[in-house]
Amino acid sequence: MSLLLPETGLLFWMVLVFAIVFFILAKWGFPVITGMIDRRSEHIEQALRDAKEAQERLAALEQEHRDMLEQTRREQARMVKEASDARSQLLSDARADAEKEAATLIAKAREAIAAEKEAALADARREIALLGVSVAEKILRDKLSDADVQKALLDRLSDEALRNTDNS
Amino acid sequence: MKRLWFIVVFLLGTLPAVAHGDELDVTEIIYEHTGDAYSWPLFSWGDREVSLPLPLIVRSADGVWQCFLSSELPCRGFAIAGEGEEYAGKVVELTPDGPVRPLDLSITRNVLSLLMSSALLVLLVLLCARWYRRHDVLKEAPSGIAALLEPLIVWVEDEIVKDAIGPDYKRYSPYLLTAFFFILLNNLLGILPFFPGGANLTGNIAVTLVLALCTFLATNLFGNRHYWKETLWPDVPVFLKAPLPLMPLIEIVGLFTKPFSLMIRLFANIFAGHAMLIGLLCVIFVTAKMGAVINGSMMAVSVLLGVFMDCLEVLVAFIQAYVFTMLSAVFIGASRQTNH
Repeated sequence: MSLLLPETGLLFWMVLVFAIVFFILAKWGFPVITGMIDRRSEHIEQALRDAKEAQERLAALEQEHRDMLEQTRREQARMVKEASDARSQLLSDARADAEKEAATLIAKAREAIAAEKEAALADARREIALLGVSVAEKILRDKLSDADVQKALLDRLSDEALRNTDNS
Repeated sequence: MKRLWFIVVFLLGTLPAVAHGDELDVTEIIYEHTGDAYSWPLFSWGDREVSLPLPLIVRSADGVWQCFLSSELPCRGFAIAGEGEEYAGKVVELTPDGPVRPLDLSITRNVLSLLMSSALLVLLVLLCARWYRRHDVLKEAPSGIAALLEPLIVWVEDEIVKDAIGPDYKRYSPYLLTAFFFILLNNLLGILPFFPGGANLTGNIAVTLVLALCTFLATNLFGNRHYWKETLWPDVPVFLKAPLPLMPLIEIVGLFTKPFSLMIRLFANIFAGHAMLIGLLCVIFVTAKMGAVINGSMMAVSVLLGVFMDCLEVLVAFIQAYVFTMLSAVFIGASRQTNH
């Protein structure tokens, strides 16, 4: 049996047919298909890359947004704090001013009261002195009907008065 | 399953002849089925075997090309040599000096099968390519024939060709894809029991020889300098290559044994598959004389094993196509390597 001996006829046809098949498929068959498949896988790869990029960009945007929000919040907090500071400053200033004002007013009032009191005292003293003088005058007028007694009294009184002024 | 029935029917047809002959010649049946023929048996009808006659193209001794149908034989001085004669089963020219084998380019069963399967392969792949030409591959998923072939093509290219050959794989992928699909399609058609399948094409040494030769040429015609340096002056101690070129000799022999192994592997696997399946079915007819009980039980065993073998054959059809393509890619890859 010529099992291991190739037959000429089949060999001839096989060479011919396989060459033709290979030529046709290598020219119009497989390169078209594999080219398209490559194109598609490239496209898919590109799409995946794009998607990844977009995702990254989105994440960056989100981060930025979050940062902005955070910054705004901080700004807001700062402004609120500043406002409250200013208010309390203003209040304390006002209070201090008011206190000062009050103090001056009180001081002035005290001074005025003291002056009034002084004046009143001086008036009273003068009244009392005048009163005393007029009482004394009346008493003296009764007592000093004669000239001698008048004279002696005058002297004593003036002496006393003089002494008083010296002492005071 | 259909193959089984075909063979059962066919063998039942031959049974009467066997019955008054003495012994069933299993070897002969196996060779008849796995070998080539000048006609294509379609089915049997009672004692009559219906077969498709095929054209013979022969050149007679006087240098004249003759073309006629196998059903006309014997005619014009040609006949098919009978059993036990020289060139048994082949067309011979009857000359006064005895039978002479003419130059025979007949369209035999294998050649017709080759032509049909090749036409089918070209049709399938070109239809697939047409789908890609007509559709926007970026917007549509493949459908129809493209959906059928694309996974296979992608698998062959990514898993076999790209891995084994490396960066310049594009140059070789058409050949390797052609070889893969050619072998696969013919393996599968060989399993098909009825016309247009059933020919044992990839289990024929002439076919595997041409395929292996293509791999040999693809490997050695485009081998780079590094490959030839590795072959003729390999990286081994000097006394192994001079003065007696031992290693280069081994390497050069290796150049031929690699495709030779490809040729034998594919041939032997497919041939053995066909032979075993027919052998298993012959068990039915061998045990026919041993009584109904033995014959019946053996028939069950034979059919069960036959079904198992058929499933195995489908697997082998894929595996052998894969192995041939992968080893070819590995050999080509070795010839394109730039460094270790």
